[in-house]
Amino acid sequence: MIASFYSPDDLVALWISLKLAAVTVALLLLLCTPLAWWLATTRSRLRVLGEAMAALPLVLPPTVLGFYLLLFLGPYGWGGRLMHHLGLQPLSFSFGGLVIGSMLYSMPFVIQPLQAAFHAVGTRALEVAATLRARPWDRFFTVAVPLARRGFITGSVLAFAHTLGEFGVVLMLGGNIPGRTQTASIVIFNHVEALDYSGAQRLSITLLVACFILLLIVYSANRSRAEVAAVA
Amino acid sequence: MTEPARHSMRLGTRMLALLCLLVALSGLSAPAVRAEELNVAVAANFFATLQKLAPKFEQASGNKLLLSSGSSGQFYTQIREGAPFDVLLSADSDRPKQLEAEGLGLAGSRFTYAIGTLVLWSPKPDVVDRDGKVLRGGAFHMIGIADPRNAPYGTAAQQVLTALGLWQQLNQDKKLAVGENINQAWQFAATGNVDMAFVALSQVSDRNAISGSYWLPPQALYTPLQQDAVILTRTSKRALAETFLKWLRADPQAIAGIKAAGYHIAE
Repeated sequence: MIASFYSPDDLVALWISLKLAAVTVALLLLLCTPLAWWLATTRSRLRVLGEAMAALPLVLPPTVLGFYLLLFLGPYGWGGRLMHHLGLQPLSFSFGGLVIGSMLYSMPFVIQPLQAAFHAVGTRALEVAATLRARPWDRFFTVAVPLARRGFITGSVLAFAHTLGEFGVVLMLGGNIPGRTQTASIVIFNHVEALDYSGAQRLSITLLVACFILLLIVYSANRSRAEVAAVA
Repeated sequence: MTEPARHSMRLGTRMLALLCLLVALSGLSAPAVRAEELNVAVAANFFATLQKLAPKFEQASGNKLLLSSGSSGQFYTQIREGAPFDVLLSADSDRPKQLEAEGLGLAGSRFTYAIGTLVLWSPKPDVVDRDGKVLRGGAFHMIGIADPRNAPYGTAAQQVLTALGLWQQLNQDKKLAVGENINQAWQFAATGNVDMAFVALSQVSDRNAISGSYWLPPQALYTPLQQDAVILTRTSKRALAETFLKWLRADPQAIAGIKAAGYHIAE
């Protein structure tokens, strides 16, 4: 039934989109957790600089991001030359390149909820844990992370949905290659360019419903959290 | 812990599990070995036509075409940055020439695969007359065109309006809606947001029949819309690329398909 609703190309593109979003979110959680913790707890003046840089992808047009990444990761850019020295293929026009682009593009959506959540945890709970002789790592994983779980849920889901809908970066950096870098949002663009509106509709409605459900998850998770606060 | 809190914990755990599953699965999806594949970068205006032709070539040769649609300018930038395309079917002849001159296009492989025709078109009957007199009447709200700076059909539309002595006036009266590319110009008209638009004949002609009303400006009023193809030097499938371009140039089915889509063929 699914196969008759979507064309084979649509299915491949949907799979690439899902894979891209999942890998991006997983890597972003690893990268952004320490960064957000630092931003939430530091008193260094560098914090402002860090916050501005982490928010930059929010305001830059995706094509600018894609264009710079294309120059950077291409054979004449630093990134491309580094890959060459390591005896590897350049990352532009590959799935790996899309992951790097998506991580930059969706980073603010993980950092900002995490930073806010860590900030809300405050110092008191951690100090109490310290008096109970919990070591720093222990305090972080058994106190801070569980208390900030709402931030983890919000950040993961928002970044996942944002990556699903990514277009400009992927088009510029990926080159619209079927089976490799062609994501669902780009197939929609192709359908529209080819004036195939029913094809565009099928995928558009899929993304619309998927993103709506993901946002429902975010808000219902936040709501149950608010209720806890009210009961307590 | 209260019930809602437990619920949100469970939700979080489940989502994390789902994420892990997806990441694990992503490692398993190694691409299957296929027949030889040719990466073709094709200008947006020819994408739908080539999509229809591709199965015929694939049947005849046993190989697969991977089509990437985009604007010629974007492809040019990407090819300079090492994009893994084997062949470029451009919307103009300038960029393939430039690629050839820069050594990125294979010398001698360039040829004109299609010549576009400009048409002033309205989806409604009786809006555009067969002589284009409607342009002089001024009894219309707006005309759609593609951006003359980066779309060849936009440049051609500007040339026609300039030759008719209407370009300045229409600009002054703000009667031109400029689309980013030729498909946007078509959409302006098809959705009724402009009365008529300068578009490609290939967009409005289906097996030589055109719905609505139209005017074909004399070809002498604009520079021919030559669309050139070129093999890219970095290809590792030169033989297949040559086979494909030879097929596109000479196969009766290919030529019939290109003509039926509203293009001319170079003599």
